[in-house]
Order: sequence, then structure tokens, then C-alpha cells
Amino acid sequence: MDEHPTMSAGGHGLPRDDYASRLGMWLFLFTEILLFGGLFLLYAAYLHRYPEAFHAGGKMLDKVFGTVNTVVLITSSVTVAQSITALRLGNPDRACKLLYATVALAGMFMVNKFFEWSAKIAHDIYPGSAHLLEAQDGLGIFFSLYYVMTGLHGIHVIIGAAVLLYALRGIRKGHVNADDYVLLENSGLYWHLVDLVWIYLFPLFYLVA
Amino acid sequence: MGSGHDDAHHIISYGTNTLIWCLLLLLTALTVYVASLDFGFLNVVVALTVATTKAGLVVLYFMHLRYEGWLLRSLVFLAFFILAIAIGFTFFDLAYR
Amino acid sequence: MAGTRGGIASWLFSTDHKRIGIMYLCGIMGFFLVGLLLGFLVRLELIAPGPTIMDAQTYNTVFTLHGVIMIFLVVIPSIPAAFGNIILPIQIGAEDVSFPKLNNFSFWLYVIGALMALSSLFTGKGGPDTGWTFYVPFSQTTSTNVSAAVLAVFVLGFSSILTGLNFITTIHRLRAPGMTWDRLPLFVWSLYATGWIQVLATPVLGITVLLIFAERVLGVGLFDPSRGGDPLLYQHLFWIYSHPAVYIMILPAMGVISDILPVFARKNIFGYKMIALSSLAIAFAGSLVWAHHMFTSGMSDTAVLVFSFLTFVVAIPSAIKVFNWVSTLYKGSIRIEPPLWYALAFIFLFSIGGLTGLVLGSAGTDIHVHDTYFVVAHFHYVIFGGLGFGLFGAMHYWFPKIFGRMYDKKTATLACFITFVGFNVLYFPMFVIGMQGMPRRYYDYLPQYTTGHFISTMGSWVLAAGILLMFWNLWRGSRNGPAAGDNPWGGATLEWSVSSPPPHHNFVSEPVVTKGPYDFTGVKADG
Repeated sequence: MDEHPTMSAGGHGLPRDDYASRLGMWLFLFTEILLFGGLFLLYAAYLHRYPEAFHAGGKMLDKVFGTVNTVVLITSSVTVAQSITALRLGNPDRACKLLYATVALAGMFMVNKFFEWSAKIAHDIYPGSAHLLEAQDGLGIFFSLYYVMTGLHGIHVIIGAAVLLYALRGIRKGHVNADDYVLLENSGLYWHLVDLVWIYLFPLFYLVA
Repeated sequence: MGSGHDDAHHIISYGTNTLIWCLLLLLTALTVYVASLDFGFLNVVVALTVATTKAGLVVLYFMHLRYEGWLLRSLVFLAFFILAIAIGFTFFDLAYR
Repeated sequence: MAGTRGGIASWLFSTDHKRIGIMYLCGIMGFFLVGLLLGFLVRLELIAPGPTIMDAQTYNTVFTLHGVIMIFLVVIPSIPAAFGNIILPIQIGAEDVSFPKLNNFSFWLYVIGALMALSSLFTGKGGPDTGWTFYVPFSQTTSTNVSAAVLAVFVLGFSSILTGLNFITTIHRLRAPGMTWDRLPLFVWSLYATGWIQVLATPVLGITVLLIFAERVLGVGLFDPSRGGDPLLYQHLFWIYSHPAVYIMILPAMGVISDILPVFARKNIFGYKMIALSSLAIAFAGSLVWAHHMFTSGMSDTAVLVFSFLTFVVAIPSAIKVFNWVSTLYKGSIRIEPPLWYALAFIFLFSIGGLTGLVLGSAGTDIHVHDTYFVVAHFHYVIFGGLGFGLFGAMHYWFPKIFGRMYDKKTATLACFITFVGFNVLYFPMFVIGMQGMPRRYYDYLPQYTTGHFISTMGSWVLAAGILLMFWNLWRGSRNGPAAGDNPWGGATLEWSVSSPPPHHNFVSEPVVTKGPYDFTGVKADG
């Protein structure tokens, strides 16, 4: 194996091990991939079973909302990536500005989602609604998956934003800096995962028409 | 793969990040456009291929995997592989009922 | 532990892996006794047909709780969280795990999850009655407190994930100089493989239980046939975790056996590389076979064929381990001590369990015995006979290291025999009545099964006596047993090179490893 074992980093006053922190973060990301993965399994199964209903459902979703949100999240990914570059090049102020931008974009995403969901619910499109119960087989399933998957994703957007704010606080306080940036890097990894999930959710729900 | 302070750990430039962002936006535009055409079943295939390309760019560049060692890259592959098995093997049931 | 503060807060918030492991051990032992009691009550109810000590609804809740507690609060955490935490860092020559604070957090998640699970008993309409598998549609419609129970399972799953994550990182990053991968104790290899299953499979359980919760509370209807859902998809999702989960249970126990046998045969393990690779192979292959729990569910014949075939494949690495263990004993210099008795019992009972697994894995015969007592016997042989006796072996092997004292060996051996006899009297008849058609989870039964059930319940009393004797003996040994040296068994792995109990930072100075874990040259037992 190519890594060099070292003594612990665990707060016993011994040399830090950034690679261990990064490895641990990636392992945690794997759990998120498998968590969402279970829902993607359900999606695949039901798409296979109800192709027409899924097409119909996709038509009922607003492509503009979806595309805007995709652009928002992709942009938020580049801002957090740039913030890491900025911090490592010795520019903590710029890093903070970029992180604020990321969190603002996250907020924009959630606001969009709120409007989107409100509109759907107002049109009697939610799990167990009369409209869906009477509709063709599979349409109810499509929208149940839609709410569960984008809902779980939305929870992760909020968690991700909180994590980024925590990293931002660390930069402000100085203990996250060009020499010790692993907290920001790991927060960024989490954020990119949130973006990754959406990269798949977008076409599967909005573009399946 | 780096000890202690990761001195040699590669920094991705502002320029590279921006380039990846532009590519991602382009691919988004592409996938929206293709969805408006009708290729039947192929629509899903194209959509997922584009999504996977975008995901690949995010993982390799924004998440830095292109500059990590073979261990981390293999592990990322393993995680997706296990997911693929879970979904794929379920289709031994679903596709043949 | 020497050199650390006292007081309960210093334990509860400790980031020392040894303290965390001991706290886990206490919790696990406590819940083990609760689970045993519940099983004891089940057997008491079933001693004769008709109601004996409880009504049918209570019975359903009792066996559900028995399963939930045993699986999520005892068996899955047991060896990794308790002995993995205490022993792993020492065995690789490290001071602690990679993320000590996360380790403490894992422990707290265990406590919180346990409290949540217990709360489901006393809130709403009482504890769940769905069986530990929470199958839809019943888990959706039952008025019992499934929602609280599944949220508890989610929290406990998170605890398990973080432990696995911690161990994987620790093994990659904190091995002492000279501790190459081919010098790792096989216990460490088993914890490594287990960690991967914990990280990759448990999240699927997480999403599954969240979906049960979403069904009950939000009415999403994803598994409801009347709304287009497919109940079989629930079963797929559930078993995608729960089959690999059984390997979370057994792999560490196999690791314990692989560490114990060379010491008491005073001989290098036979086929070190194959055992290490088999651990990885079991972890991988074990994630390919989940639908063998679903042969009679209505899934496609193609799936039945594929999963049956793969189930036979996963038996191979387990069999390799059994052959290698026996070969380790062959022509060894055997020293009979309690850990060895438990290890031998493990091999015998696990083999029976494993072979009967083939009956279940073969689809044709499974049709006959699915959901009968044959299954109940099978999994108790592998989980209890396997993991359980492996856990008892670990307890007796590492006891002197943890407590610095020795227990009474004659009593320990007697307890092992009584437990072994009780175990077989309890579970073997279940194979028979199962093949004769006795369904599982049934509160009542036809008169023709009475004799088998009666014998089985007798066995449960003998088993209970043996286990209580074992615990009592270990308890009194920990209080006033004779002082044990650093290396009472003459083991060659690193934990035997430090004092009993180990010092606060495990090692006075970082060890440099120059030989394998079962190389006994220059190693002396010091009673």
C-alpha cells in the first residue's frame, strides 16, 4: 500500500494526519451515496414498471425551476471549490466571500424548492392527494419518489450549508487556514456530494418526459 | 499518500475550476436540449450518460480525485460498484417477472 | 485504566478507546441478558400448545423485541464495538483509533438508540409486533409503535457506520512501523472487512427504515399495492443490508477464533493469507446473495436461480476458514484452556449452522423449510452458536488483559459445557419440527409438535443456567480473581506485550514489529 502509517491525530497532541481526515470524509460520503442509492433503486424499479406514468409525471414538473436549480447548485460547487483554492493561496478574505456566495446559492435553491413544492401542493399533487389517487397507475409513485428524494436532498442542502458556515467560522477565527485547511476541504467534499445527487435527480425527474 | 501536512497536495487553479464550471453548464444545456427531442428509450440512456459525465467532472476535479492516489480512487469505484450491484441484481427479479 | 481520572463523566465522555470499549461491553452484556430473558419467555410460552403465560399480541411483541434487541443492540455491535475498540489499536501498535471523538460519539448514538428502542415499549400502543424484519404491509398498518422503533434502528445504524469508518481509517493509517498488512492479526483483518460492510451496507438499512417511517407518518405509499407500489421492493431493500449484516456479526467472531487457535495450539495459523482474503471475499460475496431470503416471496424464477447459485459461492470462503482452523490444530501443541473450549464449540456449532444454510440456499429445499423452525434453528446455530460462542471466547481470552485478573478456569469450562449442552437441546429439535412443518413466529401450534417444543424449552433452561454461571464466574473473577500477568496465555500479538490492564497510551514507546502475529519464538506465558 502506498500510504505511510503515522501515529494518531486524535487530539493526543501528536502529528496531524490530514490524509486520514480526508479518507474518513470519503468513507462518510460513501454512506451518503448508498443512502440515496436505495432511493435510486426504487426509482429504477418503478421507471421500469411505469414508463408512461413517469413520462406524464415528468411533464408535470417545471423544467425551468429544475434547470435554474441545477445551474444554482453547479455554481455553488464552483464557488466552494474556488474558496478552497483561495484559502490555500493565502487569501482567506476571498475564501470567506466565496463561501458566503455558496451559502447564498444554497438558500436560493431552497427558496426555489419551496415555491415549486407549494405550487404542486396547491394543485393537489402530493402523496395521498385525491388527484394522484385517481390518476393513472404509477403517477402517485412518481410523485412520492419526487417528494421523498428531493426532500431528503433538500435536508442535505441545509446540512451542507450549515457545515460550510461552520468552516467559514473556522476561517474567521484563523484555525482554518492555508496550512490547516482540511476542515474546509472536507466541507467542500460534502457540498459536492449534495451537487452530485442533484445532477442525477434533475434529469430523472425533470427530463424524463 | 501524504503524511502529516500534505505539503505536496495539489492545488487546483482558479482557471481550472472555472473551466470545469463552464463545461458543467454546457452539459446541462445539452441534456435539456436532448430531452426535448424524442429518442424513445435512448432518452434515458443519453440523460444518464450526460449526468455521469457531469458527475465525473465534479468528482475528478472539484472533489480532487484526479490528484489522489490509487487507494482512494479504487474505493470510490468500489462504492459505486456496490450500488450498481444492488440495483442491477434487483433487476434479476424485476425484469423477469 | 492506569493514569486516568475517575468519576463517571470521565468515562461517559472519554475518547480513550479502551474505556469506550468497556462501556460498550457493559451495555451489550446488559442488553444480552434482556434479550435472553425475552427468548426465555418465548420458550416458556411455547412449552405446550395454547396460551401459557401470555396472549398472542404480547407474544408477537416479545419475539419482535427479542429480535430487535439481540440484532441491533447486542450482536451487531458486540465484538467490533466492545473488543474491537479495546483491542484493535493495541494489536496494530497504535495509541488510539483515528477519530477518538467520533468514537465517543458512536457510543452515545448507541446509548440514544437504545433508549429510543426502549421508549417504543412504553409509548403509543406498545412495542412493535411485526417481527424484527418490519415487513410491509403490516409494518405500515399495525398500530404498535413501529415508528419509534425504526427511528431507533436508524440511530443505531449510524453508530455502527461510524465505528466501521473509524476502524477502516485506523487500520490504514495507524499501523506501527513494521506492522505490514501481512503481519496483521487475523482479528484485525476481520474487523477491516467488517468495517467495509458496516460502511457500505448499513446506509441501505437507513433509507429503508426512513421509508417505513415516511409511509406511516407521511403516507407516501411507495410499497402499497393499492397505490401502485411493490411490497417486494421493501424486501429487496431490507435484505440488501440485512444479509451482509450477518457477516458483520460473524466475521469478527471468526477473527477471534483465528487469534485464539494458534495460541492454544502453539502453532502458526494454517493458511494466513487465505483466511485474510476469505474475510474480504465473504464481505464482498455476502453482498451478492440477499434475495435468498425471498425465494418464496413471488420474485422471478431467474432471481431465484441466480441468488441460489451465488449463495453456494459465498459458502466457499467460510468453509476455507473452517478447514484452515482445523488444520491449525492438527499436530499442534494443544493447551486446553477456556478460550479454546469456546473456540472449539464455535467451530462445531458454526459448521452445523453453515451446512444447514446450504439447505436453505438451495431453492428447492428452501420452499419446504422457508418460514419454519428449520430457519430459526439455522440462524441461531450460526449467530448464537457462531457469534455467541465467539463472543464468549473473546471474553475469556481477553479478560485477563482487560481486568488484570484471572477467572476460575474450572468453573469457566463447566459453564461452557453446560451452555453447549443446553444450546443443542434447545435448538436441534427445531431442525426436526421445522422439517415436519412447524411454522416460525407462531404463538400456538398443532399437538404433533409438542414433544419437540417441550425438549427445546428444557434446553433453554439448561442454556440459561450455563450462561448465568459463566457471567457470575467472570464477574467474581473481575472483582477478586488472582492477578494475571501481561501474557497468561503466551500470545504473540501486541496486546500481550503490554501490561494487564494496558497503560493509558497503550505503549511506553512505539513498538517496532519484526515478526508475524502467530510467531511464538521467544514468547513466554507468565500465568
